[in-house]
Amino acid sequence: MDTVVLLRAVPDPVEELELDDTGTDLDRDFLGFVLNEFDDHALEEALLLKEDAGGTVTVVALGTADEVDQMLHTAVAKGADAAVKLGDDLGALDAHAQAELFSAALADRSPDLVLCGVQASDELDGQVAMLVAAKLELPHVSVVVATAPAAEGLTVTKEYWAGITADFDVSLPAVLGIQAARQAPRYVAVSRIRQAQEAGLLEEADAEPAGPSSGVRVVGLRIPDVGDGAEMLPADEEEAADRIVELLRAAGVGGPS
Amino acid sequence: MSGNILVVTEHLSGAFTDATFELLALARNLAGVSGAEVDAALIGNSVEGLVGELGVADRVLLIDDPALESFNPVGHTASVVSLVDATEPRVVLVPYTSTGMDIASHVSAQCGLPLVSYCQSVDASSAGLSATCQLYAGKLLADVEVDGDRAVFAMLSGAAPAADGRREGAPAVEARAAPPEAAASTTRFRALGEPEAGDVDITAQDVLVVVGRGIDSEDNIEEAVELAEVLGGAVAASRPIVDQGWLPKTRQVGKSGLTVKPKVYLALGVSGAPEHVEGMRDSSTIIAVNTDPHAPIFGVAHYGWVGDLFDILPELTDRIGG
Repeated sequence: MDTVVLLRAVPDPVEELELDDTGTDLDRDFLGFVLNEFDDHALEEALLLKEDAGGTVTVVALGTADEVDQMLHTAVAKGADAAVKLGDDLGALDAHAQAELFSAALADRSPDLVLCGVQASDELDGQVAMLVAAKLELPHVSVVVATAPAAEGLTVTKEYWAGITADFDVSLPAVLGIQAARQAPRYVAVSRIRQAQEAGLLEEADAEPAGPSSGVRVVGLRIPDVGDGAEMLPADEEEAADRIVELLRAAGVGGPS
Repeated sequence: MSGNILVVTEHLSGAFTDATFELLALARNLAGVSGAEVDAALIGNSVEGLVGELGVADRVLLIDDPALESFNPVGHTASVVSLVDATEPRVVLVPYTSTGMDIASHVSAQCGLPLVSYCQSVDASSAGLSATCQLYAGKLLADVEVDGDRAVFAMLSGAAPAADGRREGAPAVEARAAPPEAAASTTRFRALGEPEAGDVDITAQDVLVVVGRGIDSEDNIEEAVELAEVLGGAVAASRPIVDQGWLPKTRQVGKSGLTVKPKVYLALGVSGAPEHVEGMRDSSTIIAVNTDPHAPIFGVAHYGWVGDLFDILPELTDRIGG
């Protein structure tokens, strides 16, 4: 089974986000990007399937950030057989534009299986995983939390809510939006990533985005006004801890008030 | 174009989800502004008995077919696409849930409509369609406008009160044939899986100490466990912690985990992504600790402290346990 995993670089979720002068986009100059965590799970699931059933894993990413090369080398170090970077210096692309570029690259490769994180924190105009499925007209399941090789294709577990899941038989080729791999994504030593980088496996392919295609325009980005919500406790941790203990006891937990 | 608002309903084992009623309530609000009619898409097998619960809708678009007995990512998606093509609604409301995530992007791609995702509110006035969306795990709000006069909106939980969408009635029913993709689908439902039983029921606790990404490592969870023990409660977690395998799924709060309403919800290093907030916002007292003063958790918390959770955690354990 030949699997392609789509990887996206997204703003680091632990960084503070700042807006640019237009107020409609992030200030991307000093922003750090990391692999979308759901895509990391998609890669893990692909590697597990390869261990189960053989085949190859190819990772494909769009050249939207400086960190993308490192992301792809890391995937190779973890066990991907090939890595492809589509375009370079593409800058921010909406989900429809990303799906268009990924779909074009996939059509050339005809993999048995396409895995992609179920969502990304910047997917304002749709989920790339399912947009790719729609463009390629392939069977699809999103919010997948496990896969297993079956006689014809895969058995796929989709998560609903409150711990309820549904199992599906899926014929291949298919596109799956991965919520979580069967196990936590594996770690890889920096030395292995360096080896992967030096092995020079990274293939670069041209990709030209056709321009904004989603029909969704951001007219303003803003930080939610959280001041209305919480009463902020004193900065000093001793005072804050005293206050929290008072609050706990007033609510009837943690001993008598 | 009909100008109508189409709600994609969602049901499992014969019962509609809360998300369905929230969207019906939202659709009714939007229709009140524009004078449009509200259509509800009801897709399944032998589901006509559910029509009476959709009293908020003016009309139910029913696709009833044995091939659609259980939710089928391919068959249900193709059914919604066929209804959108046939009735050309102005607004399509899809829940941003496990089923909606298969459907929404396909309707956008196959019907050629803009899709606005992560929506917390929608405006459908005569001036045009616009929405407010939670991006970057709720850290930023995006005000967006839609080009053209029709669009699909994937709605986060909480867009309108579900209670406002629950009304019995007898809306007109328009039955339509299932699209050929439903019977031809090579994706086949096998079985539902029930949640595994955990050692602790986090929905039954008076106090939850909830750890998020800020807990930083599996080893640090022990500190939170100590506090939970002296409080007589339990430790719960946000999704990233469970996905890392640091705590079992039965401890997960949020959209894909459990919904909890303890007396006290103490959130340590939980940023407050919309999927998390969905599962805890009705807790009686919410106290949040986070290093980021802009963390969205402070928008839902009653009390907040900006700082390092490892500075305050031992202080709390000492005071309560001491």
